[in-house]
Amino acid sequence: MFKWLDPYAKSETLYHFCGKLLPFLMVTALVLLLLGNIWGIAFTPADYQQGDSYRIIHIHVPAAILSMGAYAAMASAAFVALVWQIKVAHWAVLAIAPIGAVYTAIALITGMAWGKPMWGAWWVWDARLTSQLILLFLYFGVMALDGAFSDRKVGAKVSSLLALVGVINLPIIHFSVEWWNTLHQGASITKFRPAIDPSMLWPLLISILAFAVLLMALTCLRLRTAILENEQHRPWVRKLVGG
Amino acid sequence: MQPRRQKRLLSILVIISLIGGAIGAMLYALQQNIDLFYTPTQLVEGLGKDKVKPVTGQRLRIGGLVVPGSVSRDAQSLKVRFQLVDIGPSVWVEFEGILPDLFREGQGIVAQGTLLAPDRIHATEVLAKHDEEYMPAEVAEALKGIRHVPPSQANFATSTTYGAAGYGAADGYQKPTVQPDN
Repeated sequence: MFKWLDPYAKSETLYHFCGKLLPFLMVTALVLLLLGNIWGIAFTPADYQQGDSYRIIHIHVPAAILSMGAYAAMASAAFVALVWQIKVAHWAVLAIAPIGAVYTAIALITGMAWGKPMWGAWWVWDARLTSQLILLFLYFGVMALDGAFSDRKVGAKVSSLLALVGVINLPIIHFSVEWWNTLHQGASITKFRPAIDPSMLWPLLISILAFAVLLMALTCLRLRTAILENEQHRPWVRKLVGG
Repeated sequence: MQPRRQKRLLSILVIISLIGGAIGAMLYALQQNIDLFYTPTQLVEGLGKDKVKPVTGQRLRIGGLVVPGSVSRDAQSLKVRFQLVDIGPSVWVEFEGILPDLFREGQGIVAQGTLLAPDRIHATEVLAKHDEEYMPAEVAEALKGIRHVPPSQANFATSTTYGAAGYGAADGYQKPTVQPDN
């Protein structure tokens, strides 16, 4: 079923494949990001109760959704790395982790900046905020564990396992606002009829897409670097860099 | 699939389902502690199967909708009191301080404070809990009939006898007189 994927397990093929995708992804991400954010922040009507403060949603929500999307992608790579023991899959885990951590941090920081004027508090230990903070620590844990063992192979295995186990946190984050009483409001766009006026929804959807493409682009970039770093003594890399 | 991979796949699935089960059981056991606040109904009628009621003097958070017409301000100070309700009985919240901008009658709020009586809380902090709906002002007025006015400009009922008449009364609270909203 997945035979067609086999060539990409070879680092050289993957390196060139990512190289081909990279410019296309980067340009798309940049265009969508500018379009979605400028439209959302400058050209949408103000909210009836939150006024202009709600505009931070165009950064907060894409970062939050894709912080979970990045984790799902990282966990899938970890799963492949553990079961099929493919090296590049583990490098992909390490390529995604810092990007996901930054997305999570953006979601937390913009959320705090939004919460202070609207709710009246920077931080509340409710289920949504706490589980999102745990997501940040999971990313940190994956990165830290990889380097924590003198045997790189053990580190790779343990960090992949943590990445995989951390998936349990994703449904908790998503359903936290339904399972428990929280200060954080419920989901706006991942329900059947989005609870956002169309004039505000479209730029938000574009921004979400932009964050997704940016995630792919940065992953390609980091994965290429990781491949070169790990394979620097291989003949194909030496030929590539002319050494 | 090779038997070696099959074994790894199986052990990973077992690890994840065991840890998932453990975390699920933990969250289930801690359910009431993870809830950020009591709802007015939970406060009055008790929480969970055992109908556990918080005791007077306990510090807690209460979350509900501000009952329209129940907000009453002291003319001399920043003291304010209002009723909160969800689906059952309502409770009184008294607070001294500045209300968040999103506070209005009908809005969801979360207050933290001390329980004075089974249906009365002295709040030290009032947070606004807005819903997940976002829309321009005209749409909100046409669709939901809501026009948001920040509490600093809202015309809440004021009472000069606030405090003296309110909390000492044997029958609990007097319903504050409400001036029509203009």
